Amino acid sequence: MTEPLLRVRDLKTYFVTERGGGTARAVDGVSFDVHPGETLGIVGESGCGKTVTSLSILRLIPEPPGHILSGSLIEFEGRNLLTLRPPELRAIRGNEVAMIFQEPMTSLNPVFTVGDQIAEAAIVHQRLPRKRARARAIEMLRLVGIPDPEERVDHYPHQLSGGMSQRVMIAMALVCHPKLLIADEPTTALDVTIQAQILELLDRLQAELGMAVLLITHDLGIVAGTSDRVVVMYAGQVVETAATPELFAHPLHPYTEGLMAAVPRIDTRVSQVRGRLHTIPGQVPAASAWPAGCRFHPRCPYAWDRCTVEEPPLLDAGRGEPGSHAVRCWLLTEPRRRTRQA
Amino acid sequence: MTTVAPLVEVDGLVKHFPGDRGPWPLARRRRPVRAVDGVSLRIAAGRTLGLVGESGCGKSTVGRSILRLIEPDAGRVVLDGVDVLACRPRELRALRRRMQIVFQDPYGSLNPRMTVRQALREPLVIHHLARGPEIDRRIAGLLEEVGLDAAFADSYPHELSGGQRQRVGIARALSVEPSFLVLDEPVSALDVSVQAQVLNLLNELQQRRKLTYLFIAHDLAVVRHSADEVAVMYLGKIVEQGPAETLYRAPRHPYTASLLSAVPVPDPRVSRQRIVLQGDVPSPANPPPGCPFHPRCPHPSKNDRCRTEPPALRVVGPDQLAACHFAEEPM
Repeated sequence: MTEPLLRVRDLKTYFVTERGGGTARAVDGVSFDVHPGETLGIVGESGCGKTVTSLSILRLIPEPPGHILSGSLIEFEGRNLLTLRPPELRAIRGNEVAMIFQEPMTSLNPVFTVGDQIAEAAIVHQRLPRKRARARAIEMLRLVGIPDPEERVDHYPHQLSGGMSQRVMIAMALVCHPKLLIADEPTTALDVTIQAQILELLDRLQAELGMAVLLITHDLGIVAGTSDRVVVMYAGQVVETAATPELFAHPLHPYTEGLMAAVPRIDTRVSQVRGRLHTIPGQVPAASAWPAGCRFHPRCPYAWDRCTVEEPPLLDAGRGEPGSHAVRCWLLTEPRRRTRQA
Repeated sequence: MTTVAPLVEVDGLVKHFPGDRGPWPLARRRRPVRAVDGVSLRIAAGRTLGLVGESGCGKSTVGRSILRLIEPDAGRVVLDGVDVLACRPRELRALRRRMQIVFQDPYGSLNPRMTVRQALREPLVIHHLARGPEIDRRIAGLLEEVGLDAAFADSYPHELSGGQRQRVGIARALSVEPSFLVLDEPVSALDVSVQAQVLNLLNELQQRRKLTYLFIAHDLAVVRHSADEVAVMYLGKIVEQGPAETLYRAPRHPYTASLLSAVPVPDPRVSRQRIVLQGDVPSPANPPPGCPFHPRCPHPSKNDRCRTEPPALRVVGPDQLAACHFAEEPM
């Protein structure tokens, strides 16, 4: 395998909570790799730590109340981003690693034209003179499929629809041809037909520009359609990771399994789905009070006494290449317990 | 569509909102927003009609107009034989016992200064449904029915999770024992694992209490799980309507077909032919002439007629209606 572009090892991002000096362990020992040109999907529900993970990579976590614990490693092309000085970090942010966010409408600055905002990164990072930066902005708008780019370049964000704003965000992110694009719920705020446009655009741009994408989403459907590999997060930890086809064919963590069964699907017949959806009982615990032992055990249909006291490590599922499919669950050591409940 | 007499009948519902003024004091008024432009629906007692469409298509305005939370400009709404739009305020208040709504945002729809008990007590007292110790018994019963421990009665909304709040919202709607519920995106704000719990709860309640639902949602997969019939809206109009099974299997309007194909399927082995629509939804203040969908329409037979002549919503199959000149031709 090629050298990873991004290596995250044992990332711990904690927050001091407002009341009484508690600690929210939002991200608690997360490790994964992103290889050049691939799409890695991080999937999980609200509060699982997926967004804090993505913000930690570019050190966008406000400190205080947050802090990234020493011992965490975020290595981009061999450089540890956590120990870089601010000017070195600025040379990477928006240049080699770029990011797009969920709310395109609020991520754009309302008092600058979209052209100025796209050109800014080219002026700062690539030292383009203003005129050429503007031409570059027009070229980027055309690349992301905005009609009449020569005219649109002088528009302000309020003149754009949600889908157009997200295209502008993507143009801004890609203006310096980053090697890694972090996309945090890039289509969650958009309608389904516009979501399809944006996903198709990201797919095309990734193929054209050869960049890697770290896609953060709560939607298993989006992951299935776009990612090469998937990381499933729960309660601040990675609970399962595998190649996409493998994960969907053989989900091994009870949380992954439950999540997949709980999604209402459009491609199954009504007579099959009318009736009860599978549910995961209870709700995601708070980051300031993760359960002891396995963090999923209070909601797990298979849990036994070991799960309540001893936290499982990520175990190799022994499928495919070693380490390619890993699961944080004691069931891997006692597989016959799985049949008992199901 | 069904042999059962409809509980809810809506005919030619219209709601236009006055256009904004421009940013300057002297600017001319903009054109009115035609949020709902002649919508007709029937919902049989005990059944669920799913009303789907993208943001701004007018689906929530339809739901609110039926309950007269918004006063429609024209049309007729009949609930179990009673003409809702002709009701005077006193009659309308009485009618509200029979029709209720559950909102999308469980954070914004509960008063933060009221405990769950106070929120559930208010409708019981206003409608004289219980008094004295009976009130607390009713509240405990409602909480149990929506799957919440009676201990939650003394909690404030901020102490509850999104799913718990939505259960309180449902309990509040049920407290007056309505027969008809408008569910306005009831699970859109919830996480997948909690969403499934609430969808199951709504189905159980429907069966137990024989409720009739207007289920408004943008998520076609969620509607598929809950609805008997589905109506698809685009720019204030219904463009297709039919039994859920038929509509999902064989959509006849190109917009329905595109919507269905755009929903991501959580299975990497499923490779579907995806229709990616071009462009954005036009503004309902300035809908395109002819068929409102024609600028984005991927139908191969699209021609000049689509640009000039608005298609009527017409019968295109058993119980199936579509507003497309070419509904009979393959996409």
